[in-house]
Amino acid sequence: VLSENLAAGGGVASISDLEQRLTERRYVADRGLAVSLFLALRLKRPLFLEGEAGVGKTSLASAVAEAIGADLIRLQCYEGLDVTHAVYEWDYARQLLELRILEATEGLERASARRELYSDAFLIKRPLLQAIDPARTRPAVLLIDEIDRADEEFEGYLLELLAEFQITIPELGTVRAKEPPLVILTSNRTREVHDALKRRCLYQWIEYPSFAKEVEIVRARVPQAAAQLARQVTALVQELRSVELYKVPGVSETLDWVAALATLDRRALDIQAVEETIGVVLKAKEDIDALRGERLASLLERAMAR
Amino acid sequence: MTTFTNNLLAFGRLLRRSGFEVPVGNVLDLTEALTLVNLTVRDEVFHACRTVLVRRHDQLAAFEKIFDAFWRQHGNPFAAPATNTARDAQAAAASVPVASAAMHDGELRDGEQEGGGEPPASGLQIWSDAAALARKDFAEFTPLEVAEARAFIDRLAWIPGERRTRRWVRGRGPRVDLRRALSRSLRTGGDVLVIPTRRRRVRLRPLVLLCDVSGSMERYSRMLLHFAHRVGHLHGRLEVFLFSTTLTRVTRQLRIRRLDAAAAAVSEAVPDWSGGTRIGPALQQFHRRWSRRVLHEGPVVLLISDGWDRGDPGVLRDEVARLQRSCHRLIWLNPLIGTVDYAPLTRGLQAALPFVDDFLPARTLADFRELALHLSTVASAARPGRGRRGVRNQPDRQT
Repeated sequence: VLSENLAAGGGVASISDLEQRLTERRYVADRGLAVSLFLALRLKRPLFLEGEAGVGKTSLASAVAEAIGADLIRLQCYEGLDVTHAVYEWDYARQLLELRILEATEGLERASARRELYSDAFLIKRPLLQAIDPARTRPAVLLIDEIDRADEEFEGYLLELLAEFQITIPELGTVRAKEPPLVILTSNRTREVHDALKRRCLYQWIEYPSFAKEVEIVRARVPQAAAQLARQVTALVQELRSVELYKVPGVSETLDWVAALATLDRRALDIQAVEETIGVVLKAKEDIDALRGERLASLLERAMAR
Repeated sequence: MTTFTNNLLAFGRLLRRSGFEVPVGNVLDLTEALTLVNLTVRDEVFHACRTVLVRRHDQLAAFEKIFDAFWRQHGNPFAAPATNTARDAQAAAASVPVASAAMHDGELRDGEQEGGGEPPASGLQIWSDAAALARKDFAEFTPLEVAEARAFIDRLAWIPGERRTRRWVRGRGPRVDLRRALSRSLRTGGDVLVIPTRRRRVRLRPLVLLCDVSGSMERYSRMLLHFAHRVGHLHGRLEVFLFSTTLTRVTRQLRIRRLDAAAAAVSEAVPDWSGGTRIGPALQQFHRRWSRRVLHEGPVVLLISDGWDRGDPGVLRDEVARLQRSCHRLIWLNPLIGTVDYAPLTRGLQAALPFVDDFLPARTLADFRELALHLSTVASAARPGRGRRGVRNQPDRQT
């Protein structure tokens, strides 16, 4: 069942089918993204997602995992990320204990001790190994989040993994995936990721959505908010994106803002509500200082006219 | 060959000619990808081609133009038999200067790898030969002297110190390497005789150069460009931005190995050469657009400007303060220091100076030599309060 499922691209019949399934999981994808994702599933290639912060790169992975009935395995990258945190680690404490027990009971024989100490039981599997574990019973979606935060060494390691979908553990042997997982890499472009890595992937740039699209996303994600509120907040965030800011609000900020205002039982936006909750959407002190007062009022006015 | 394949190859060639890197593997991927989409729907074909062939955000617009031209010329090239040859589309693609410029840049950059910069010897030997030149104001340099100055810059060591990264590698250090400890203990019957350790890896600190090229700096900007070009090749991890009223990143242009080609590319890229100065807004632009990409590895930032700023001193102060907070060390280089009667009295400069780590001259080659020496000394002495080592070296701060 497993191989059939993934071989057919997670049972996804067509691009529209995929769009449909994502919409059911309340993820609104545009056409370009749906095509890329569909091809990634069918061609079994990693998908490389770039875009500004908060445009839904990470949440796509969980939506798609649900949509194709797979487990989501997430690896958050950071500088210095190494094999022991990304791939596997031996459980040293337990190994040492086992070594003492072996010594005490049957005397230590080198060859057999080695075999027993370096067995599956003492192996701690980290995300990358989990994703290609041949013992998996369900397909996997592997999310490698914010690859631009990792350093070049890790990128090099990943290159090898994505080419073969296998990992060699010196003490144990080679582990190879029965079915390669769907791999989604995201980057916020804090640095340029090496071309060799990108070359193995399908590439997709996610834009800020249009007004209509963003309203659609808000309605899907925050259904409890009033329709009018959703439209007004979205319009104001779109206005804010046209202003020069240190931290431009993403879609996730729009969603947070609508949810926050809905929690405060607001059904429509006014200047007082904006001033009270501005910290949900603007997250640099300089931006808040620059906009507070008249500028914010005029932006709000333009947003309301939309 | 079928029309489909022919057109596919023609499209690949067209892209290559316009500066895209299209490996054969990608064309094969595309062949496969196109069997999975509806070839009569332009949108699906477009997105399939784009996701396979484009790898950078700045290529998206150029790609769309080329695809458009190709599609129009061929009237749905991958489904119906082609009506035209690919040659017609080339003319259309010629109108995509962005991509071709990028290719030009890329080719030259590949060439620069070999040869590289020789490890710079000490700049002190030639010092005596060039004593007169060393103290001469850059503004008065002849072309011959500029060439000598370039050679001089080459001989200085541009090492702004190292940064401890968060990656652990084998070596003498504070962390026990449990994995090696265990595998060694097996050899010695379960006893640990030597405890293997790990240490943090160190990397050369990046340099960021923010260079004022406004009207008042005009006499110096030529020499500063030479400086940026040479240091870029010697150091390898240099980011360069020029500003006058707006800010432009010229890192890519300066990577071109031949100086005249690099200079031409730079002057083409900078829209407001020798315009007015607005340092504050230019830095603001830097923070908004670039700081996340170039400041995250703790660089040493060199800000080169005479400080003649017509903008709001408050803005300049805030932006300089922000810059200092987000880098390892902020050095302001000012070509006016050392001229007779100069005192940094402009209001903007006065406001910004408290947030600058070093305020140094940059008017003569002697100044550059001092700067290179200074960089290698600040390497070990971190700003107070930065990191454990800095604190440990100053016992009086531990009370």
